[in-house]
Amino acid sequence: MNPTSMWKRVLIFVFCGWGILAAMPNGFYPRVEAHNDAAKAIAASEGVATPEQAEALSGWPSFLPSALMNLGLDLRGGAHLLGRVELSEVYKSTIDARWPEVRDALRDIRNEVGGVRRAPSVDGVLRVTIANPEAMPAALTAVRALATPITSLTGVGHTDIEVTSDGADIVVQLSDAEKAAIDERSMRQSLEIIRNRVDQAGTREPTIQRQGADRILIQVPGIGSATELKELIGTTAKLTFQPVVSRTTNPATSPGARNSLVPSLDEPGVYYVLEDTPVVTGEQLQDAQPAFDQNSNPAVSFRFDGAGGRKFGEYTAANVGKPFAIVLDNQVISAPRINQAITGGSGIITGNFTIEEATQLAVLLRAGALPAKMEFLEERTIGPELGADSIDAGKKAAIIGAIAVIAYMVLSYGIFGWFANIALILNVIIMVALMSSIGATLTLPGIAGIVLTMGMAVDANVLIFERIREELRDGASPAKACEAGFNRAFSAIMDANITGLLTGIIMYAVGSGPVRGFAVTFTLGIITSMFTAVYVTRLVIEIYLNRKRPKTIVV
Amino acid sequence: MAFRLKLVPEKTNIDFFRWQWLTFGFSIFMIVASLGTVAVKGLNFGVDFLGGTTIRTESTTPLDISVYRDALAPLDLGDVTITEVNDPGFREDQHVAQIRIGARDGEEAVTSDAILAAEAALKAVDPAVVFAQVESVGPKVSGELIWKAVLAVFIGSAGIMVYIWMRFEWQMAVGTVSAMLHDVIVTLGIFSLFSLRFDLSIVAALLTILGYSVNDTVVIFDRLRENLAKYKTMPLREMMNLTANETLSRTVMTATTTLISLTVLIIWGGDVIRGFVFAMILGVVLGTYSTLYMAKNVVLFLGVDRGDKPKKSSNEFADIDA
Repeated sequence: MNPTSMWKRVLIFVFCGWGILAAMPNGFYPRVEAHNDAAKAIAASEGVATPEQAEALSGWPSFLPSALMNLGLDLRGGAHLLGRVELSEVYKSTIDARWPEVRDALRDIRNEVGGVRRAPSVDGVLRVTIANPEAMPAALTAVRALATPITSLTGVGHTDIEVTSDGADIVVQLSDAEKAAIDERSMRQSLEIIRNRVDQAGTREPTIQRQGADRILIQVPGIGSATELKELIGTTAKLTFQPVVSRTTNPATSPGARNSLVPSLDEPGVYYVLEDTPVVTGEQLQDAQPAFDQNSNPAVSFRFDGAGGRKFGEYTAANVGKPFAIVLDNQVISAPRINQAITGGSGIITGNFTIEEATQLAVLLRAGALPAKMEFLEERTIGPELGADSIDAGKKAAIIGAIAVIAYMVLSYGIFGWFANIALILNVIIMVALMSSIGATLTLPGIAGIVLTMGMAVDANVLIFERIREELRDGASPAKACEAGFNRAFSAIMDANITGLLTGIIMYAVGSGPVRGFAVTFTLGIITSMFTAVYVTRLVIEIYLNRKRPKTIVV
Repeated sequence: MAFRLKLVPEKTNIDFFRWQWLTFGFSIFMIVASLGTVAVKGLNFGVDFLGGTTIRTESTTPLDISVYRDALAPLDLGDVTITEVNDPGFREDQHVAQIRIGARDGEEAVTSDAILAAEAALKAVDPAVVFAQVESVGPKVSGELIWKAVLAVFIGSAGIMVYIWMRFEWQMAVGTVSAMLHDVIVTLGIFSLFSLRFDLSIVAALLTILGYSVNDTVVIFDRLRENLAKYKTMPLREMMNLTANETLSRTVMTATTTLISLTVLIIWGGDVIRGFVFAMILGVVLGTYSTLYMAKNVVLFLGVDRGDKPKKSSNEFADIDA
């Protein structure tokens, strides 16, 4: 047999050694996990460690690798949510917020265009009727002057709104470029806010990912149920301060144009007619804290940022004596009367809160409102007991499977079976090592993938051994037969593995959930089995032939 | 000579084409029958593909399905099915049921109120019950998941076909892909026939079957290519038999090791992945059969161009005939 060159040998040994080291932490999962958690906590508190943390930290030597495979939800238990952000809602609120500006611009040229009123229109479109349609060009010019240019990757020279005329109506809509920018901004904001809220709950390794144009995937291990997770995320916590038109107990009241009927949170049967355009929104909140009102009832105090505080001040100064509504998620929390202009930019929300509710509301307000409502398309909960059962079952199957395959290989190929088994064991170890170091997630289908790879990994060795047998039958010397066996089996091994790899990659790219979990281990298994079955077995056989120099071998 | 377990004798001389029409006809019949079964009976789609909710309940008190059914009846949840789950791996006092609530028409998102109401109702009749797994998929997502699954199988086959075509001949690509589709279609047929639950993990199994089936076929074609160069005048039929016999020991060996792993999984792997493993076992058995009796037949029908163009004699991997 042609000896493997020195540097190749060293490389193989180094890689196998690395594999064993990097896979090792997974054998001591709870201890290493505690070590990692403690290390993180200590780093977060800038080096100050509690005795428990110090003990957990010393549970695993720090010079050894400590990366672990992540356990998927099906093994650890937890919740999975797939939500869709209603971006059209953001378009609507964005365009609605332009109305005061448009109205003011047209009022400035009132003598030309005459009276101005907002006409009903579909969501996301602002329609303004002017009394003198002849003055349309001037009106369009005035409104177009409000457009601000946006810079985007797709092109320069776009403005945020498109203004057209339709009879006596001016139609203002968001440009496609602005919509794209809003999509991007809203999705990023939603992700950020969800991450904030999930992190506040202190769960481990949550996955929060954007999927496609308007979807967000949230996976939180260790949380009790998807319902709990939804509560944590809070579907919106959208806070607005809106002018009150009237108060009624008749749910059939027609609110009138650009107004809406909003129910009260604590007074059953009471509805408020509110103007659609908010004075200030929760996005302009700078801080919110649980507090107590003058009657020592739990309340939430808040402070606006500069612009929000100014707007709020102006509005309250102009509307002393009138009520305004504090609206959370389309319910009126309270509708206090404005006693005096509130210019400091801060205030207090009172309602029939318990202390917990006030604290929760403050957290939600501080984390910021989701820019739009989320609709949940998919939710899954896996209880921790089921996960533990699955781990046990998977472990048992993996061990029994390994023993069975090892025994079968030895029965079929004798000492060469042992060579293949060394490669097989190294294969699983290196797979685990790779998964740990790339931070891949092990799921139940993933375990199935590992077990299946064990069965299929021996295929390469089987191909080689069958070839060696044939060569031996044709009267080749042991060394020659082995050499030829490896060489001639190589193209079949390569073809078989490349097609396997192809399916693995396609599964990963196209699939989701369990398909992906399986694809990860299956693909990694093919790659590592190529290495172990070909290079490692070859080296082992080479060493065997050199040491023993057998006159004849039986494969 | 040391003892060697040999499932296949050293030298075989089986004529795989002896009952060519019978075996090939059987394959065709199986494909048609499977397609027919799927068309008539449909597949027992899980919530992944149909939308709706499944709740897996575990309780220490013995399960009485009718009590559960009565508890859920007043909630008007629509289409509800409750089945008991049994597994030898369960503990003595572990009673598991699977409750499936169908998706309602016209609802896009998941109805969590209905789930909460159902959970509360079950808790009321059986305080020991825990909800080990609750999965809810909206019809919108489930529609996409079906489409994605079909796409995955389709792209998978197409990719494999192109690769085989590049590496070998187009006839072998056709042979491989027909064997592969045979395996997938017959697996689908069996799932349909026995109303086994078909969900996302079964799709993963189907894709792996694709991979396995191809693996098996490619090894034989690789050998065939080698033999084509070696015995220039041997009739194709004879040569294919020779090739199949030469590789038979390996075919059986690999199928056996894979089946050993899978059998272990189906016994000890737990009920959650049982369907998945069952599909794989079907696939391995079918894959081995179709390699020997389907792929080669197709190639024989199509013939291989053995013209004067010298065949690749080397089996170096770099030798790609693109």
